[in-house]
Amino acid sequence: MSEIVVIGLNHKTAPVELRECIAFSEDETAIALEALKKEPNIREVLLLSTCNRVEVLMVTDEQAAAVASAKQFIARFNQVPTAKFEASLYVHRGDDAVRHIFRVAASLDSMILGEPQILGQIKEAYRKATLEKTSGVVLNRLLHRTFFVAKRIRTETGIGDHAVSISYAAIELGRKIFGSLENRQVLLVGAGEMAELAVEHLIRNRVGDIAVANRTFERAVELADRFGGGAIKFEEFIHAVADVDIIISSTGSSDFILTRDQLKGLMRKRRNRPLFFIDIAVPRDIDPEINRLANTYVYDIDDLKGIIEENIEDRQREAVKGERIIDEAVIKFRQWFESLEVIPTIKAIRSKLEAIAETELKKTLQSESLPPAAHDTVRRMAQAMINKILHDPTDVLKSDGCQKGQSAYLDVARKLFRLDD
Amino acid sequence: MELLIIIIVILYMTSAAGYFAFLFFQKEFLNRSGFLLILAGFICHTISIGSIYISSGQFPVRNLHETLSVAGWAIAGFFLVFQSRFKLKVLGIYAAPLISLVMVAVSAVPQTPIEPQGIFKSFWLISHVAAVFIGNAAFAMACGIGILYLIQEHGIKAKNPGFFFKRLPSLELLDATGYTCIIVGFTLLTFGLITGFVYAKAVWGRFWSWDPKEVWSGITWLFYAALLHERLTVGWRGRRAAVMAIIGFTILLFTFLGVNFFLKGHHGGFTGV
Repeated sequence: MSEIVVIGLNHKTAPVELRECIAFSEDETAIALEALKKEPNIREVLLLSTCNRVEVLMVTDEQAAAVASAKQFIARFNQVPTAKFEASLYVHRGDDAVRHIFRVAASLDSMILGEPQILGQIKEAYRKATLEKTSGVVLNRLLHRTFFVAKRIRTETGIGDHAVSISYAAIELGRKIFGSLENRQVLLVGAGEMAELAVEHLIRNRVGDIAVANRTFERAVELADRFGGGAIKFEEFIHAVADVDIIISSTGSSDFILTRDQLKGLMRKRRNRPLFFIDIAVPRDIDPEINRLANTYVYDIDDLKGIIEENIEDRQREAVKGERIIDEAVIKFRQWFESLEVIPTIKAIRSKLEAIAETELKKTLQSESLPPAAHDTVRRMAQAMINKILHDPTDVLKSDGCQKGQSAYLDVARKLFRLDD
Repeated sequence: MELLIIIIVILYMTSAAGYFAFLFFQKEFLNRSGFLLILAGFICHTISIGSIYISSGQFPVRNLHETLSVAGWAIAGFFLVFQSRFKLKVLGIYAAPLISLVMVAVSAVPQTPIEPQGIFKSFWLISHVAAVFIGNAAFAMACGIGILYLIQEHGIKAKNPGFFFKRLPSLELLDATGYTCIIVGFTLLTFGLITGFVYAKAVWGRFWSWDPKEVWSGITWLFYAALLHERLTVGWRGRRAAVMAIIGFTILLFTFLGVNFFLKGHHGGFTGV
C-alpha cells in the first residue's frame, strides 16, 4: 500500500546557517529530482526549497526505507553529515503529510503568516517535478488540491489582508487618505534604511516627484539621484512642506524639526490639502500635536508598529478559519486516496455495471415481446455477462505486477468508468 | 395604493438589510442585491407617484403623506444615479435606511383630504418642487458622506484603523464625492428658489413675502453658499466640510419639516398641518 510522506526542515526547526547548507538552487533541484527518481523506494517525488524551508514530498510503498534514502540523499548531495541536520528534520506521514503541504501552501506555516510568495514557490516546485516526470497520479492530485485549498483560504479568510510590514502599513494608510498615491509629491527628510524602503514602495505605487532634504547636502544629492528626484537644502525643507503630500522623516535631530505652530501657517498656504507624515525617526522629528490640526495625519514608528501588531493578530484569527478549511480538504483527499485501493474500485465498477444492467432489463422486459417464462433466463444472462466482463480487469487490478504502480491503473479505471463524478 | 406603499417599504428595508450584510461580510453579491432592491423599490415608487399624477392631473405634493413620499422617491432616485456614477458602495448603509425611514413615515401619515386646487398644475411650481426635492436629496447624500468621512477620519487620526478602515473608501474620495453632492444640491436649490420666486410673483404678485419657509430656505441657501465659498477661497475641506455638510442638512430638515410644524406660512398646507 503506498503512502504519502514528507520529510523536511523549516525556519522553526533549523537555524538559517543550516538551511543555507541544505538548500537546493533551481538547477540543483532538477538534478536532485532525477537522482531521487532512481531511488527504488520512491515512487513519486517533489522537492521544495525556499529560503525558509527544504522539503521532500514522496509517495512510497516503503516508508522507512524512503525516508532513510531521502535523508542520505540530502546528506550526500549537499555534503553535510546526516548527524548535523537530523535533529532538525520532521517527518509527516499520510493525513499529516497532506495537512502539512496544505498548511505550507496556504502560508499557515510561514514565518510571516499569510505571505503570498510560498504558493508560487510550490507551483514552481511542482512544475519542475512534472518536467522531470517525478510526479504521478497521487502527487498530481495532491498538488492540484493544494493549489485549490490555498486559493480558497486566501479568498475566504482574511489571512492575506492588511499590511504586516512598516512600509506597507504606511502605504496602506496613504491609500486611505489620498485614494490613489499616483502623482502625490513626496519629501524625504534625512535618510535611513527604513525611510528609503518606504520611498521605494511609494515609487512602486507611482508617486509623483520626490524631493530629498538632508543636513549633508551631498547625501541628499546622492539619494535624490537614486530615486530620480531633486535635492534640497535642509534649511529649505520647510518651504517644500507647502507643496508636498507625503513627508517621510528620519533625521538624527534631537528636537522636532517641524512644530505645530510652524505647520499651522503652512496649512493655510497649501489651502488645507491633506498632508501625511511618516515619522520614522527616534527621537521623533515631527511634533505629534500636528496630528490634531485639520487634514494632517502624523504616524510615528510606534503607531505603525501598533497597526502591524493588530494586523498580525487579525491574521492569526483568520488562520483558525484556514485550519478548518484544511481539515475538510484533508478528509476529502483521504477519501480519494483510499478509493485508489483495489477492492472498493472493483466493487464500484461492479455496482455501476449492475445498475446499467438493471435499467436495461427493465426496459426490455416491460415491452412484453418476451414471454414471462423467458425473463429469468435473460436476467441470468445479464449477470453472467457482468461477471465475464469484470473477470479480466479484476485480475489485472489485483495483480501486483503493474509496472507503473497500482495506483496509476486504479486511477485510470476510476476515470474510465467515471466512478468519482 | 396602501399595498403598494407596503411593498415599497419592504423593498427598501430589505435593501438596507442587504447593505448592512455587505458592510459586515464584504461579499459583492450583497452589495448588488442591495442596489437591485432599491432599484425595484424605486420603480414601484415611481409607479405609485405616477399613478396619482395621472389620475389627479396634479403633482402629488399636496399633503404631508405625498410630500414625504416624493422626498423619499427623490433620495432613492438620486442615490441610484449617484451609485452608478461613483461606486461608493458603502453609502448604501446610510441611504437605504434613510429612504426606508421616510417611507415608514409615509405609511404612518394618513392621506388627508385634498381640496382641488389649480396650483399644482403650474409649470413654475412643478419645476420649483422638483428642483428643490432633488436638491434636498443631494444634500442628504452629502450629509451621509460627511458622516462616513468623520468615521474614517477618526479611525485614521486615532491611529486605530479597526472595523471601518478597510470597509470605508479613502478620505479623498469621500471628500470629493461629498463636494460633488453639495454642488449639485446647491445648483438645484438655487434653481428651485428662482422658480419659486417667479411662481410667487405670478400668484401673489411679489417675489418675496417673508414667509417662514422662504426665510429658512434663504438661510439654508446662504449656509451652503458660505460653505462653497470657503472651500473655493481658503480650502475648507476634509473634516470641516464634512461637519458643515451635516449641519447644513439639519438646517435643511428644519426648513423642510420643522417650519411647517412650528411656524406658520403659505407652505403650511402642503404638509397638511
